[in-house]
Amino acid sequence: MAARRIVVTSGKGGVGKTTTTANVGAALAQRGQRVVLVDADIGLRNLDLVLGVEKRIVFDIVEVVEGRCQLRQALIKDKRLENLAILPAAQTRDKTSISELQFAEVINQLAELCDYVLIDCPAGIEHGFRNAIAGAAEAIVVTTPEVSAIRDADRVIGKLRERGLPLRLIVNRIRPEMVRSGDMLSVDDVTDILSAELLGIVPDDPEIIDTTNRGEPIVLQPEARLTAIYQKIARRLEGEIVPFTSLNPPGFLERFFGKAG
Amino acid sequence: MFDFIKKLFGPEPSSVTARERLRLVLLSDHLSLAPDVVESLKLDLIEVISRYCEVDIANCDVTFEQQEKQVAMLANIPILGMRSRQAPRAPEPPPAPAPPPASTSPAAAQSTAQPQPSSPKAGAGTGAPRRRRRRKPSGGVNPAPQAT
Amino acid sequence: MHDVIPQGATDAPPKARGRAIVVTSGKGGVGKTTTTANVGAALAASGAAVVLVDADVGLRNLDIVMGLEARVRHHVLDVLEGLASVDEALVSDKRVPSLKLLAAAQTREKDDVDTAAFRDLIGTLRDRFDYVLIDCPAGIEMGFANAIVAADEAIVVCTPEVSAVRDADRVVGLLGDGRKVQLIVNRVRPEMVRKGKMLSVDDVNAILRLPLLGVIADAPDVIISTNKGEPVALDAASPVGSTYRAIAERISGTRSDEPELPREKSFFEKLFGGR
Repeated sequence: MAARRIVVTSGKGGVGKTTTTANVGAALAQRGQRVVLVDADIGLRNLDLVLGVEKRIVFDIVEVVEGRCQLRQALIKDKRLENLAILPAAQTRDKTSISELQFAEVINQLAELCDYVLIDCPAGIEHGFRNAIAGAAEAIVVTTPEVSAIRDADRVIGKLRERGLPLRLIVNRIRPEMVRSGDMLSVDDVTDILSAELLGIVPDDPEIIDTTNRGEPIVLQPEARLTAIYQKIARRLEGEIVPFTSLNPPGFLERFFGKAG
Repeated sequence: MFDFIKKLFGPEPSSVTARERLRLVLLSDHLSLAPDVVESLKLDLIEVISRYCEVDIANCDVTFEQQEKQVAMLANIPILGMRSRQAPRAPEPPPAPAPPPASTSPAAAQSTAQPQPSSPKAGAGTGAPRRRRRRKPSGGVNPAPQAT
Repeated sequence: MHDVIPQGATDAPPKARGRAIVVTSGKGGVGKTTTTANVGAALAASGAAVVLVDADVGLRNLDIVMGLEARVRHHVLDVLEGLASVDEALVSDKRVPSLKLLAAAQTREKDDVDTAAFRDLIGTLRDRFDYVLIDCPAGIEMGFANAIVAADEAIVVCTPEVSAVRDADRVVGLLGDGRKVQLIVNRVRPEMVRKGKMLSVDDVNAILRLPLLGVIADAPDVIISTNKGEPVALDAASPVGSTYRAIAERISGTRSDEPELPREKSFFEKLFGGR
């Protein structure tokens, strides 16, 4: 049976699409699903960096489309998770190098080889975005609880709904202590404003920066706080009903000693 | 809950401000992304007003504007004159598929209205030539006036 | 400030031309719009005539960061297509009279912008303002190309993360040699740098090799200020605001010191100051 084809998008840049794609993909792979991650950000690729495979790229998606290599030759298997592979973007081309049709065709071919295709969408709503959604049958919209991000997410949701793509929302980088003091919009605020179904709530956690520096998705650390969160997202994607984690801010002592919750 | 806090402590939490600003800006964004909806609304509005007034349809304009605390619809509907005074009308019948036969009195009123336009013309004061108005077919509430 | 060009000089415009500076990054979400808003506000607050131009067609945010979203009536494309004059499109800031905004179109696309017309528009604005700050969209496609075309100076905003540095490096390459390019490093967390979990400013600039305008600490102030639509640069009590004000002074030449690095919170600040 062909794979589920999910685009991870946001509108606004920098809200965590690539990190989400990498970690949700890795979490699914840890659960035994065969997962291919596709970097649709041609010209400014970053999925390879976040997964630590940037030195192993031989071919990219543009070369596949241009027939200069086979699809399988371009796929890079992850060395830590046997069910995970990535199809990198081209770095020195631009997004008009591929048409929507060509992109969709590649995704369809990938869908024959695995259980999940996750497409890391570039920021914006232009050519790169249209390519990325051309290959998808469903969407994950990532937003942070900030005004600009929500506005852009709203725009993207409008476009996804025009295309009839079912979508679910991940609210990323929430800071519970700021929500409590009234300085940050809450998850409920965000889902109300966007009228979208929630897939996951990911707290702000500076540890994630270290993992992207090292090219090691955080879900590879079983004890990390965010690992459990991404695992829950993966389970919800698989259809399980999983209650959302209560995000209490670290208590006084935790703050004192600097421990994450 | 924050309303209570606001009263006690003064300035509202920034998340409350953010929520309200987003609500308005998204409403405004959605409206600007639905020009066909705005166009339909404009035509319906003109049609309703035309039942009471003669309207300069070609110069009608309906826009939505975001203001500090709300999104407002601004309609500019140039009025050329009132429709002739008639005996107080029965309330509008619900939209019927076909004009009821008992509408001879409005029809008669329409035909008596025909010579009247000379006064709106004088009253309009714009100097614009009197237009042949063709009313957009409505839901069958009133028979459309025939062009003279 | 600027050299005054004598009247009657045949090639020169009657007034000293304003500076056109594009604020760019490559990577999205690193703080371009926030930087444009705050640097602009700080420059205007010290007396300069400043116009902020939002080049992010389709996903505009400069208006909402400035708190001016309710006042936008016309946008850049209206001006370029002759549907509105520049004056009709300019929005005055609520707080600083010499600060104006030219918003992007929300419902159009970046390809709709005619590059030559946009360049001419920036030229017109330079004749009227001391500073034209252009908020560049993320990416390196048409939106980026249009935004940089009319600017002879650039500010690259970068966070200390590998993806952001990689993208900034690409952008620096595309900006070429003809422009004055300077760097702002945003969202630095000094305690993480100390623990080796975050790139340092030196790490970032070892790759980008640009003159440094400023280093901004990661702080919740910015989120709160965007919620309210009030740039932090106008808040005398905000440390981030003070950093932006210093950056503005370096841009205008009022100040030429080396930027300070944000310091870690002290033990007591952590104990009693929460985040």
